Order: sequence, then structure tokens, then C-alpha cells
Amino acid sequence: MDIAFLADVFRRLLSGLPLTLKLAGTSVALGLLIALALATTLQGGRPLFVWLIRGFVAAFRGTPLLAQIFLIYYGLGQFRPFLQDIGLWSFFREPFWCAILALTLNTSAYGTEIIRGGLQSVPLGQIEAARACGMSPWLVYRRITLPIALRQALPSYGNEIILMIKGTSLTSIVTLTEVTGIAEQIISQTYRAIEVFACASAIYLALNFIVTRLIGWLERRLSPHLRTAPNLMPSSSPRGASA
Amino acid sequence: MIGDLALDQAGTATRDRPAAVIVEDLHKSFGPIEVLKGVSLRAAQGEVVSILGSSGSGKSTLLRCLNLLETPGRGAITIGDETLRFAPDRKGRLQRPDRKQVERLRRSAAMVFQSFNLWSHMTILENVIEAPVHVLKRPRLECVAEAEALLAKVGLAERRHYYPAHLSGGQQQRAAIARALAMHPKVLLFDEPTSALDPELVGEVLRVMRSLADEGRTMLVVTHEMAFARDVSSRVLFVHDGRVEEEGAPAAIFANPKSERLRQFLSRTRTAG
Amino acid sequence: MISSSLFEVLSFGAGGWGAALLKAALTTTALSIAGFAAGAVLGGLAAFARLSGGALGAALADGYGTLFRGVPDLLTIYLLYFGGSVGLTVVSHWLGGQGFVGLPAFATGVAALAIISGAYQAEVYRGAYLAIHRGELEAARAFGMPHPTMLRRIIAPQLLRYALPGLGNVWQLVLKDSALVSVTGLVELMRQAQVGAGSTRQPFVFYCSAAALYLIIALLTGALFRRAERRSLRGVRIA
Ligand SMILES: Nc1ncnc2c1ncn2[C@@H]1O[C@H](COP(=O)(O)OP(=O)(O)OP(=O)(O)O)[C@@H](O)[C@H]1O
Ligand SMILES: [Mg+2]
Repeated sequence: MDIAFLADVFRRLLSGLPLTLKLAGTSVALGLLIALALATTLQGGRPLFVWLIRGFVAAFRGTPLLAQIFLIYYGLGQFRPFLQDIGLWSFFREPFWCAILALTLNTSAYGTEIIRGGLQSVPLGQIEAARACGMSPWLVYRRITLPIALRQALPSYGNEIILMIKGTSLTSIVTLTEVTGIAEQIISQTYRAIEVFACASAIYLALNFIVTRLIGWLERRLSPHLRTAPNLMPSSSPRGASA
Repeated sequence: MIGDLALDQAGTATRDRPAAVIVEDLHKSFGPIEVLKGVSLRAAQGEVVSILGSSGSGKSTLLRCLNLLETPGRGAITIGDETLRFAPDRKGRLQRPDRKQVERLRRSAAMVFQSFNLWSHMTILENVIEAPVHVLKRPRLECVAEAEALLAKVGLAERRHYYPAHLSGGQQQRAAIARALAMHPKVLLFDEPTSALDPELVGEVLRVMRSLADEGRTMLVVTHEMAFARDVSSRVLFVHDGRVEEEGAPAAIFANPKSERLRQFLSRTRTAG
Repeated sequence: MISSSLFEVLSFGAGGWGAALLKAALTTTALSIAGFAAGAVLGGLAAFARLSGGALGAALADGYGTLFRGVPDLLTIYLLYFGGSVGLTVVSHWLGGQGFVGLPAFATGVAALAIISGAYQAEVYRGAYLAIHRGELEAARAFGMPHPTMLRRIIAPQLLRYALPGLGNVWQLVLKDSALVSVTGLVELMRQAQVGAGSTRQPFVFYCSAAALYLIIALLTGALFRRAERRSLRGVRIA
């Protein structure tokens, strides 16, 4: 084992970590917002919207993320004059923004599906009880359906976040030097694949571990009703942790 | 009020008191099957009306129509001074009633479900204040104070910060009753509130319901608890096949049923119970 | 400009890329099937090790799963592509060979997909095994069924029934992951689209076509999996 080499590799890989985090964090946050909006619209049941959203979700879940990144980064380049005319070229010229766009759309498609599943799992009786005391549909959705659905969806969403962190590695193919991109550079220079892989995987596994822990913590915080032991602590405010 | 109610229980007519609920010729179909075939009833303020009937006779459907969880096909419902009329449109389809009016009517007809349906992500205190705060828009502190009093009344003061999942069925149902009371409804609708409970938990819920009756609250109770119907209600309705087959004071209904069907029903429940 | 040349570019005649794209789609399918099948073997072994392989076997299988489900698939592909070549070169030097030996791209792709999907399939098989009703196993034992027969008649069909939905998901993952193998230069669908995009300067057309072909393969194979699921559920309601 060449400790000096490993340390050097590790240091170089870590320099890509901020970019990895920026890509994953931005796309997960934006993707969650889009997914919420789309899943809510699906719930509304307007046929035109339902079909459009279903098409969007099927397209982005049924094709490789790499194809989506290429389509946005290289593919839209075919329309450069047009994009220049409408002033969007400075956005689509940048691999970073194209990567953000592709990752966001991708995760929002999966997220829509996850949140939809959560919404469907909400017991009808609890929704009826809310209607029965005169809540408007929007109030029922905001106060009852959505909080229960989000708590239900949280574990799956945790998996999706980990998939997204892994997904950021594909942006190295469009020249972004995040962790995997740097790993590839080092390997192709040194041909010491195993050592570099070991260092890079340590970084990713640590990230996954942190995300898993965070989600678990959030789950416990947001789901006191799912804890086994009764919560005898008188809460300082009668409000539940709202979503 | 309470004095009046004692008279009710002695069998005195309550017709001259203002009505809390009036149902006129209510019809409801699910697809081709007509479940309610013209139900009419009137409950005066402070009256406790028990609704009996065999399984599938349409009792739940009637109650759900009163709260508009189901939209009736035809007829009229009056609760307090709010009246909703239903008639099919020219093509014979259901007409959606005005949403604002529906929400107003629901606020005055609180529902207690067979399966409790407490909101699982809220403590029972939060369950009780939820609708007063967000539907009636009353100040939170006031609602909390009142909710604590209500929970104390149903014997759950100590458990107010528990989540539904941590309570027994009987406790959950009592919390659900407190939740209904917090709306200050003009009528309380109970759909078999004790049917999902273990036998030893039925008593505690019935005791709470009895005390509500004693306070002079207007209640419509679908139940299989014959003792409750006999001892607590001021009037009993027997529903059969989507119609009110027989109605009267509990003493009369139980002592000498007129219709053959009610006789059969009573003999069945007697041998069963 | 695009619509006029669209049919030309994607046509099947001379100068058209239609045939090349379809052939690449077949390569993608073959690559995915081979990777998925090899992954089934790996996954089955890992599941077996976790269920009854002793402490060391279980720990190894556990580590395998955590590692390859947690690390970007692209990184795994790099490991095999570069690492495999280095290994092969070392071996060939021992045997007296010279220079650098490249690994066959298709085999590298299959190995990568097998290792990745095996990690996921192990979870699926393990879950399915744990889902089989204990009682059914005991009933089979009570009838004096010999072990191999029990495995074949009771466990295997049940296992498949419980595993199929999960396997369907893993298959979709493998199909999409196969696009990453394009970085090794193997001319599968993604790579072919890149080549076409480069030489015609119509990247949008090519990447759209590739995406559409992936979608078609995904939908068709997804339908196959659903049919198999329905089949495997026969008799469940009666039983
Ligand atoms: N949503 C629905 N769709 C179709 N049919 C329904 C629906 N709800 C109720 N029904 C039918 O209407 C009839 C009356 O049902 P209802 O629930 O009102 O009976 P019930 O008197 O409350 O019976 P139980 O004592 O078993 O609760 C039944 O035949 C039932 O199958
Ligand atoms: Mg009922």
C-alpha cells in the first residue's frame, strides 16, 4: 500500500466534492418542488394535465440519465441560433447548468412518482373525517393529506437522494470535474484503478451514510405517531411539526 | 334543557320544539342500485334519535348523506337554518351542490365514524383543535383551552399529547367525539360508534354518549346497541331497504313493534345479544 | 432544415443511420440481458451467503451490496475497464507477452452490469425468500418431500413470484445503466448516437432517437415482466 499516493488521491478527489454536493443539492431541492407541484396536479385529476405529467414521468424514468444529459447539453446545441435569439444560449452553453437541468428534471420525474404513491397511501377515512368537518379541498390537502403523504414518502425519497448523488457522476462525461470526473482523470493517468476506486467509493459511501442518517433523523422527528413508545412529553406548542 | 330532556325520555312528544334536522324524501343511488328510496325524518333540538336496521339497509348511507359525504340524488336536508335541495338535472345526473354551502352545512353536522378516523399525524389535542382553528378560524389559545376541557370531559385529559396510534380503540373513539364537539355542531352524527371496539371498551364510549344526551345535544345515532337505543334515545327509527319502516318512542318500538320486519329484526338481535 | 433532412438521416438506405441505430439497440439489449443474467448468478450467491453463509459469508455479501449499491455505477465501470486491462496486462507479461492488453469492451460491460445488478438482485432474492410463508416450507417437509424436490417444486416458484416485481425494477436499471458502458467505446445505442451526432452535426435528432429507442425497449420489456408477474400470480387468489 502506497499511503502517500492514497493520501494524494484522496485530497484531489475531495476537491471535487463541493461540485458534487452543489449538483446534488440543487437538483434535489428544485426537483422536490417540481415533484410536489406535479403530484398535486395529478391528484386534481384534470385529464389533460394528468396525461402530460404521466408522459413526462414515463419519458424521464424510461430513458438513461446520460441520454437526458446529452440531449440537453449537446442536443440543444443544434438550435444554437434560436437559443441565442431568445437569450437562453448563455444558459445552455454551460455544462453546469445543463447538468443541473437534466438532473432536476430526472429527479422530479422519480419524485413525482414517489409523492403520488405517498398521496395514495393516505387512508380515505382520515380524508373523509376532514371533509366532514367542513374543510375546503385545499385545506384538506394542505393539513391532512400532504403531511401524511410526505411522511410516508420520506424513506423512498431518501433513496432517491442517494440515487441523485450517484447520478451527479455522469456530469463528468460533459466535462464537469466532480468526484468521479477527477477519479477518472487520475485512473487514466496512473492506471491504478483499484486504489482510486477505493478512495472515491469511501467518499460516496460516507455521503450515503450521512444522507441515510439525516433522513432517519428527519423521519423520527416528523413521525412521532409512528414511534412505538407513547410520547409523554408535553410539547411546548400544540402544533405538530408541520411539513 | 336538562329538565326538558327528562320529559323526552318519559316519552313526551317533542314535535313542538324547533327542529334541528329535517330530511325530506331523500333518495340515493349507487349506479343502478337505489339505496335510499325516499327517507324523511325530523329531529327536534335536544332529541336523540336512534337508527336501527339490518346490515345493508342504508343506515350509513343516510348518515353520510346528512354530512354530504355522499351527494343525494333527490330530496332536501335542513340542518339548523341551512337547507340544501337536491334534484337531478335534465339529463338525470347528480347535481353538485354549491361547495361553500356544503362546507357550511358540514360544520353544523359533526360526524363520528365507526373507525374513528383520527388524523394519525396529530396528537389528539391537535386533532380536536384542527377544525376550530382552520375551519372556524377561531383563536388558537381559546381553542386549546376548550379542547382541554372537552378532552377532560371524555376522560382523556392526561392523554392529550398522545398520538392516536398509542391509544386504545375506546380512547380513540372518545377523542373523536371530543373532536366532533369542538365544532359546536347543531347535530352529532354517530355511525355505529362502538362496532369496531372490543366488548370491554364499548361501555366507556356509551357512557360518554349518554352524558351528551343528558346535556340535551341533538344526536342521530346508528347503532346495534339495543340497550342504548331503548334507554337513551327519545325516538327510534327502523330503516329497512332504504325506507323508514317504523318509528316511535323507544318504549313503543321495543314493546310492541307493528311491522313484521321489525319484529323479526328485534327477535334476531335479542337472540344474538 | 431539420425536418427536411430528418428522414434522410434516420433512413435505412445508404447514408442513413437507421440500420446502425437499430443494430446498436440490439447490442444494448444483448448487453443488458447478459449483464442481468450474470447478475442473477452473483445476486443469488450473495443472497444465499447472507441467508445461510455463516458470519464471514454474510459479512462479505453485505459489504458487496453496500459498496456497489452506494458507489456511482460509472465509477464501477471505470474500475473494471481500467482495472481489468491492467490485470490482464500483468497476466500477459507473466506469460511473456508484451505491451498493453485491452479488455474486450462487451465483456467489460457485461461484468460491470453483472456486479452492479447483482448487488441489487441479492436484495430482491433475499426479500423474496423471507416472504415465502414458513408454513408452506414446513408443509412440504411434513409430506416428506426430499430437499431438492422441495427446492424445485415449492421454493423456486414461490421465490420467483415474490421476486418478479423487484427483478423488473432491477432490469430497468440495468437497461439504463448499459448506456454508461458507452464510455468504454463499446458501440451500443448511446455510443452510436454520439457517433452519428458527431458526423452529421444533428445531435438533437440522434439523442432523441436513442432516447426513444431506450423508451421502447423499456416499455416492451416492462410489459413482458408484467405478464410474467400475472402468470406467476395464477392460483394465488384461489389458494
Ligand atoms: N360507495 C358505494 N358504492 C356502491 N354501493 C354502496 C356504496 N356504499 C354503500 N353501498 C351499498 O349500499 C347499501 C347500503 O349500505 P350502507 O352502508 O348504508 O348499509 P348499512 O345499513 O350501514 O349496513 P351496516 O349495518 O352493515 O353498516 C349496501 O348494499 C351497500 O353495498
Ligand atoms: Mg353502516
